[in-house]
Amino acid sequence: MIQDKIFNKTLLIIATLFLLLILGIFITLIIFSLPSWQEFGLSFLWQTEWNPVRNEFGALPFIVGTLLTSFIALFLCAPFSLSLSFFLGEYCKKGVFFQTLKGGIELLAGIPSIIYGFWGFFVLVPQIRRFQLYLIDLRMRTETGSIQEKLLEALEIVPYGVGILAAALILSIMIIPFAASLGQEVISMVPQDLKEAAYSLGATRFEVIKKVIFPHARSGILAGIFLALGRALGETMAVTMVIGNRNILTWNILNPANTMASLIANEFPEASDPIHLASIIQVGLWLFIVTFIINLCGKLIIHKMNYKE
Amino acid sequence: MKEKNIRRRLIKDRLFLILIGVLSLTALIPLIFILGYIFRNGIRVINWDFLTQLPQPVGEETAGGIVHALVGTIIIIGLSFFLAVPFGIGTGVYLSENRNTRFSVIVRLCVDLLMGVPSIVVGIIAYAWIVRFQGFSALAGSIALSILMIPMVVRGTEETLNLIPPSYKEASLALGVPYYRTMLKVIIPSGFGGITTGVLLALARIAGETAPLLFTALGSNFLNVNIFKPMHTLPLLIYDYATSPYKEWHHIAWGASFVLVIFVLVLNIISRLVIKKWKIQF
Amino acid sequence: MRKIVILFLSIFILVQSTKAYGTELIGAGATFPYPFLSQVFNIYHRETGTRVNYQAIGSGGGVNQIINRTVDFAGTDAYLTETQLQQAEKNVLHIPIILGAVVVSYNLPENPQLNLTGEILADIYLGNITRWDDDRIKELNPDQSLPALPILAAYRSDGSGTTFIFSDYLCKVSSEWEKEVGKGTSLRWQTGLGGRGNPGVAGLLTEIPGTIGYLERNYANQSNLPVASLKNKAGHFVAPTTHSISQAAEVDLPPHNRVSITNSEAKEAYPICGFTWIIVYEEQKYGRRTPERAQTLAQLLEWLIKHAQEYAVSLDYSPLPPSARENALNLIYSMTYDGKTLIEGTPNHNP
Repeated sequence: MIQDKIFNKTLLIIATLFLLLILGIFITLIIFSLPSWQEFGLSFLWQTEWNPVRNEFGALPFIVGTLLTSFIALFLCAPFSLSLSFFLGEYCKKGVFFQTLKGGIELLAGIPSIIYGFWGFFVLVPQIRRFQLYLIDLRMRTETGSIQEKLLEALEIVPYGVGILAAALILSIMIIPFAASLGQEVISMVPQDLKEAAYSLGATRFEVIKKVIFPHARSGILAGIFLALGRALGETMAVTMVIGNRNILTWNILNPANTMASLIANEFPEASDPIHLASIIQVGLWLFIVTFIINLCGKLIIHKMNYKE
Repeated sequence: MKEKNIRRRLIKDRLFLILIGVLSLTALIPLIFILGYIFRNGIRVINWDFLTQLPQPVGEETAGGIVHALVGTIIIIGLSFFLAVPFGIGTGVYLSENRNTRFSVIVRLCVDLLMGVPSIVVGIIAYAWIVRFQGFSALAGSIALSILMIPMVVRGTEETLNLIPPSYKEASLALGVPYYRTMLKVIIPSGFGGITTGVLLALARIAGETAPLLFTALGSNFLNVNIFKPMHTLPLLIYDYATSPYKEWHHIAWGASFVLVIFVLVLNIISRLVIKKWKIQF
Repeated sequence: MRKIVILFLSIFILVQSTKAYGTELIGAGATFPYPFLSQVFNIYHRETGTRVNYQAIGSGGGVNQIINRTVDFAGTDAYLTETQLQQAEKNVLHIPIILGAVVVSYNLPENPQLNLTGEILADIYLGNITRWDDDRIKELNPDQSLPALPILAAYRSDGSGTTFIFSDYLCKVSSEWEKEVGKGTSLRWQTGLGGRGNPGVAGLLTEIPGTIGYLERNYANQSNLPVASLKNKAGHFVAPTTHSISQAAEVDLPPHNRVSITNSEAKEAYPICGFTWIIVYEEQKYGRRTPERAQTLAQLLEWLIKHAQEYAVSLDYSPLPPSARENALNLIYSMTYDGKTLIEGTPNHNP
């Protein structure tokens, strides 16, 4: 049928255009970062020095910072967003309470990230600092030579408050609404007859969730979480307010650090030296690639899980 | 023996419910705090003038308003919506209809890729493509925002359509309905709720974006409805004013945040009404 | 429904696009003069009907815009580098508009009034001085009780003209700083914590005891933060005031005005000051610019120097001293369109 053909062609064209869009972005980023490629080559990836005055640039501290904050945020957010999606998707599906809760969650997705940043800075960071002071206090009181003392010593706590942990916390708060509302949507779409069949066999609600709903909606839930991770990776304003913006490599989650996105937002508006500008854009390009790899891993995980069934 | 087993299962069920409830509530606490923070600080400055006046310089008697940013936000968001939604839903439908071809696998990867691109990089792209040749304009800002929106819409559409039981499509086709009508009249409407949620989340996200607009829409302190000229939006205004030294401007920033939240709320309510009207009930 | 909306939208776009491009000047750049410029442009709009749209996207961003010719003028706190001048291809003018200062603030118990020197600041930010009860700080402040707190040095994490002026000053007073760090809008910091923008640094200052940080003066004033007096080149300890900042520009200025005035030789000058410039092309005929547009721009700039300086003080900025105004007017009168002078005038300015 002619209409069917037109319909299919249109879809194909749209999808192709989408592909071209991505390709265009990719090529633009490469062209704009060319001077920095020529200067540093691939060593850009493992150099740890970022010195705009001397024009020495390396991206490793930011790659580490990005991965640390995003994954910690993801682990922190997963149990909460899962619970919320089960709660809204299965336990409390209708009524005023549901509407308020769901509306409220979607509302939160629209708060500008700079406000999360301010809130994190003035409310969350002092709490973390209090916690760090408590740890220092604890170290003073523990017996010398004990394991706890060595552990606390190894953490090298300086009570800044700001740092990777603070950034991960604020990120997880920001992405909960995303993950939860997509999760809720897919959970509520699990066919009623499947659930009813399980109930009629005498399954409890927990068992229905575990054996019917979760397997059915798993890919959607994971997709929601990865979507949230995408936001976490690219988040700038909120992170930059609480991470301490120190461009030095660190693995300690209590230390200040910096992420790729936050670095770009910090330095791009003022960068004027061509090589500085190119290096910043190259960081953007690598963020693109890091996101790609993480998504690929996510895909593999989902694929493995479905395969095992 | 049997009874014990049942009791154990019931206890497990109850424990799970409690766990879910506690975790959900814990997740809500910071969120409620943040909303409360905005409401408390924002509601004080909201009045009719705030919504209908242009800003006044620091030190004048009246603080002025944010009408230019409000109008700009509506225009820019609306424009992005029209740019992104057909594109996004089209790609989403394509992906869910052609799940395992090599081409769709590549496209799907690209969707994921675009999702993680920081918004400021999208701003840089829009700057490189449009602003350098045409100058700053609201349109350039909308294009940047729609690039941010598309992957979320695609993802929402695809995930939702994948969950629609194949029996719907089969039933429709068996009745002799052409394929394209089946898609447009049965499958997409069935997934309307999920698709709308995806679109709404995308809209909510871009409504709060500052970074991609800084180098595209630029901003303007005057009321402007010409999409080929610079235009202000609420997040730009919040960013400018919140980082300024002056108390009066901080108040305006809080007021604007409040308005932005209400704006998202209104979007939300509208979409619920739309869903109610359009969604096919089963 | 959707068709109607699309139709409506396309009509809207068509109608809008046919409208002629009115006189609306676009400027972009430094965040520092944004409150001042938005105020005076508002007044200018009321007086003349000309719309001037200035947006704060950062000095570097502004300079890039003038190089790419997407704006009529750029605002910047850091003068153009040699590379940038080359990129601009044609001759650009640095027209000083206002004076700004970077102040040093701190968070100590009871907030004593401190005296500091540039060398000490450099050593703090290099990590050589790490405690508030260091002998060198004590020596300068014999009457103050300094706590035994570690010093936390707060800096701007975003690239900024403030950082440029601050590091420019430190380069002039400390050879070690010049060797190890240098000057720029973004630096490789040796120690301390970064805050985003003035609010970020002010936040660190108010939240963490023992912090020292540098800020724009109007931000520190509006937030009631304590500020240190600094030793200037003449050897006096000077607090940042409108007067002491204006004094910093009371030196022999080169006609092109592309000059740093940190560590000024003037006797009463506060040492960490800088001009904020508006950057325009000397020859205004480029791209699709009309002579009217160029004329409007020149008139605006003349007005900024002649009539807008008085508004600066109430916003904690410092007006240009007479010599700098003369300098600025000379530059404005040298603007041309197709080789013809835009405004004939003599800089003799009688306020």
